[in-house]
Amino acid sequence: MTYIVKPTFHHPGLPKNALGYTHRDYEGSVSTLCAGCGHDSISAAIIQACFELNIEPHRVAKLSGIGCSSKTPTYFLGNSHGFNSVHGRMPSVLTGANLANCDLIYLGVSGDGDSASIGLGQFAHVVRRGVNMTYIVENNGVYGLTKGQFSATADRGSKSKRGAINSDSPIDLVSMALQLGATFVGRSFSGDKKQLVPLIKAALEHEGAAFLDVISPCIAFNNHPGSTKSFDYVREHNEAVNRLDFITGRAPIHVDYEPGTVEIVEQHDGTTIALRKLDAEYDVHDRRAAMNFLMERQAAGEVVTGLLYLETDGEDLHAHLGTVDKPLNALGERELCPGSAALEQFNARLR
Amino acid sequence: MPIESVNDFVVRFANVNGSGSASANELFARAVLRMGVPAAPRNIFPSNIQGLPTWYEVRVSGSGHLGARGGVDLMVAMNPQTWDKDVASIEPGGYLFYDSTKPTPPSKFRDDIAVIGVPLTAICNREYTDPRQRQLFKNIIYLGALSALLDMDVAEIEKLIGEQFKAKEKLIAPNIHALHLGRDYALQNLQCPIKLRLKRSDAVGDRIFIEGNSAAALGAVYGGATVCAWYPITPSSSLAEAFARHCARFRVDPETKKNRFAIVQAEDEIAAIGMVVGAGWNGARAFTSTSGPGISLMQEFLGLAYFAEIPSIIIDVQRGGPSTGMPTRTQQSDILLCAYASHGDTKHVLLFPEDPAEAFEFSAQAFDLADRLQTPIFVMLDLDIGMNRHLCRPLAWDDARRYDRGKVMTAAELEAGKDFGRYLDIEGDGIPYRTYPGTHPSRGSFFTRGTSRDPYARYTEEGGPYVDNMDRLLRKFETAKGLVPRPLRRNAEKPTRYGVIYFGSTSPAMDEAHEILAASGIALDLLRVRAFPFHHEVADFVAGHDQVFVVEQNRDAQLRALLINEAGLDPARLVPILHYDGTPITARFIARAIGEHLDSRKVTPIRKAVS
Repeated sequence: MTYIVKPTFHHPGLPKNALGYTHRDYEGSVSTLCAGCGHDSISAAIIQACFELNIEPHRVAKLSGIGCSSKTPTYFLGNSHGFNSVHGRMPSVLTGANLANCDLIYLGVSGDGDSASIGLGQFAHVVRRGVNMTYIVENNGVYGLTKGQFSATADRGSKSKRGAINSDSPIDLVSMALQLGATFVGRSFSGDKKQLVPLIKAALEHEGAAFLDVISPCIAFNNHPGSTKSFDYVREHNEAVNRLDFITGRAPIHVDYEPGTVEIVEQHDGTTIALRKLDAEYDVHDRRAAMNFLMERQAAGEVVTGLLYLETDGEDLHAHLGTVDKPLNALGERELCPGSAALEQFNARLR
Repeated sequence: MPIESVNDFVVRFANVNGSGSASANELFARAVLRMGVPAAPRNIFPSNIQGLPTWYEVRVSGSGHLGARGGVDLMVAMNPQTWDKDVASIEPGGYLFYDSTKPTPPSKFRDDIAVIGVPLTAICNREYTDPRQRQLFKNIIYLGALSALLDMDVAEIEKLIGEQFKAKEKLIAPNIHALHLGRDYALQNLQCPIKLRLKRSDAVGDRIFIEGNSAAALGAVYGGATVCAWYPITPSSSLAEAFARHCARFRVDPETKKNRFAIVQAEDEIAAIGMVVGAGWNGARAFTSTSGPGISLMQEFLGLAYFAEIPSIIIDVQRGGPSTGMPTRTQQSDILLCAYASHGDTKHVLLFPEDPAEAFEFSAQAFDLADRLQTPIFVMLDLDIGMNRHLCRPLAWDDARRYDRGKVMTAAELEAGKDFGRYLDIEGDGIPYRTYPGTHPSRGSFFTRGTSRDPYARYTEEGGPYVDNMDRLLRKFETAKGLVPRPLRRNAEKPTRYGVIYFGSTSPAMDEAHEILAASGIALDLLRVRAFPFHHEVADFVAGHDQVFVVEQNRDAQLRALLINEAGLDPARLVPILHYDGTPITARFIARAIGEHLDSRKVTPIRKAVS
């Protein structure tokens, strides 16, 4: 794993962002995933998104579980603290980390095995608690590291590389996230960087539980005819409901689109999303309609992508718990310890 | 002959749970304390909400013995379901107090006890029409009758009722009225007092009366815990709930009214420990409270926290195991589970408080230890300490004390070019430096993982760095020996070849057994172990005695196994004394077991010594 060291020098003319960082400052070590893996495209999209958002890399905490997808945090944001936790339990670790310091950006990276099987419970609860995070599932419908077993997101009737047909119903994490109260839900495809990068940017800026299901074909074990998570299948059945442009700050918005086809959505923190509708009927703010729409299109065999739901005035877990603005990990004795006088009063009541 | 005793007897209340008896029974115990007489109450309750038998036992002990004694001198038999067993459990010469409204056939009584009947139901029915009032006041009425029978200071009970209902003042008068209904009945119709009686004393001093769970939770507040993640489980739920109460009182920013704490009721114990690990990794002081079944679920995370070296605090309020076991009974049976939690080679730091006062201290200290040692710290309570109120020394805090946040490399140190290797042992104590996430733009970041790695936190499966790391963890465990609470030794008045090792809630029973045995000529040196890893004094103590009794509340002699395994002690010298029926260990049990052992070896003829 450690035998290839990325050279640190780079072209002096590399573009810099507002912080003076180049793209290279957002990279991690060299990926050890299979050549052509969809996950590497997602890592590249995360790098791109953070670069464009002018995020200081060290202000991101990247957490993952176990599996191919959960290895990827090593391959982006090398100056961020990372935590490769235990299988299916990233959500609880992320929740605890988030409680400790509300000032960092929390990025959870998981896979379909990690989140839809062993970790389904933790996935559900981290979403319903409204933890302020971006939760990306790199979804390939298969267990890669253990060589090709179906995962819980594999569609019924999908064929494995060895020819077995999956007979179990799939778990749709997007539908679950909607049902459980996520305030930002999207689905994308690792092969569609144009769609993916703005979605990640919007998710990172969203205050609350942002969930992104990214179909990410497994080159080694799930990219054959008969699989519903192959590059070809997803390309053929991809049905995007919208395209979005993510605009940071309060820059004036130039809308060049046809009237009625673009919606400008302002988020909590003042950032703005220009949402270009591809499906005129689709309302990104209607949770129930989104769930209906997904069920209908899924029944028709389509893979619906785009920003599927957005609630701009949601609250996060810290708001629910009423915590102080200062990160809890920065509080000292003065703020935390009631002292001996208070203890003497406490004792007095117990006599 | 009726038992005669002043300030030294056991009263047991047999009730039905959900009947409101608990607060009346507690009033009784508090009134005894207010009369300056030490008392130790214990709840014996089922895993149930309503309708099943529950008992409340108060040991009144003028000489200050606060362990369970065993046996009942006065039974307040309010539960027909358990009548036969309750009557049978009374000591010969003891007393039975019962509701005489309905006639009870003579066969239901015993000849060798005194029977005291008060028509409680009849009094209630005469006085009240509302069924709930009849139920609730019945408890206060029997308390009133007992106050007369035992010669209690009724003014103390009245005062306590006033304090209890300070916020609901209109309840004071009716309760005091009910109290006197019972008291007056007894004074007019029964011979008062009986030969068990209370006499005002001054043996309570400045001690406080508190549950271990509440004290441990307050220790977490004082120790700087900001994150608590937990999942409800008896007998630890009241600990997290007490933490919430203490935080509401002590941890709300007076200006903004915002909370300097975060409490999450997790979806299970796995998530609870996951949150603790996440928060600990990110530099907050975090804990969970649970019991044995929860620890079983947490195993994987505990291995991660050990190997990745993440401060985390687990307060284990032990109950009867294995499996669901006896959820509402006490045991010390998670010792090995916690000491070696998780797969692979692991060892964890355990603290063994003896009572609520130490639960407070150790719980606060656990946060310093966790930060200093960067590892999980277990505070081993049990149901007896946790869920019963104990009379113990007042909680104390030194305002000069500062939190020890351990080896945390700062942005300034990183900026100055200090070499940072997350698993690099610079000082030789096995403890590396860590950084909090977000410290420095380009230095000090690292990847935390449960896989093996080199001193700079880089993934590796090479044997050399793996072994170095595992050995460093052992060095760190050595360092822990000097940091954890030391064992406390108490020598017999004369030199002896026999010693006793004990820990946790066995303390009060052991103290008393020590006196009983000393009185019968058996001298024992005592060593109370307060933490694992064991201080070298423990091995020295064993080396200094021919035989050492290891007294514990589990079947498999778990502490003894740990002593043999970790301190390299000779098993032949360690005699297990084991109590594991789910009730708190008693002095009578310990004294008998040790006495019989020595007797059987014909070392000290105990029967002669006793007679």
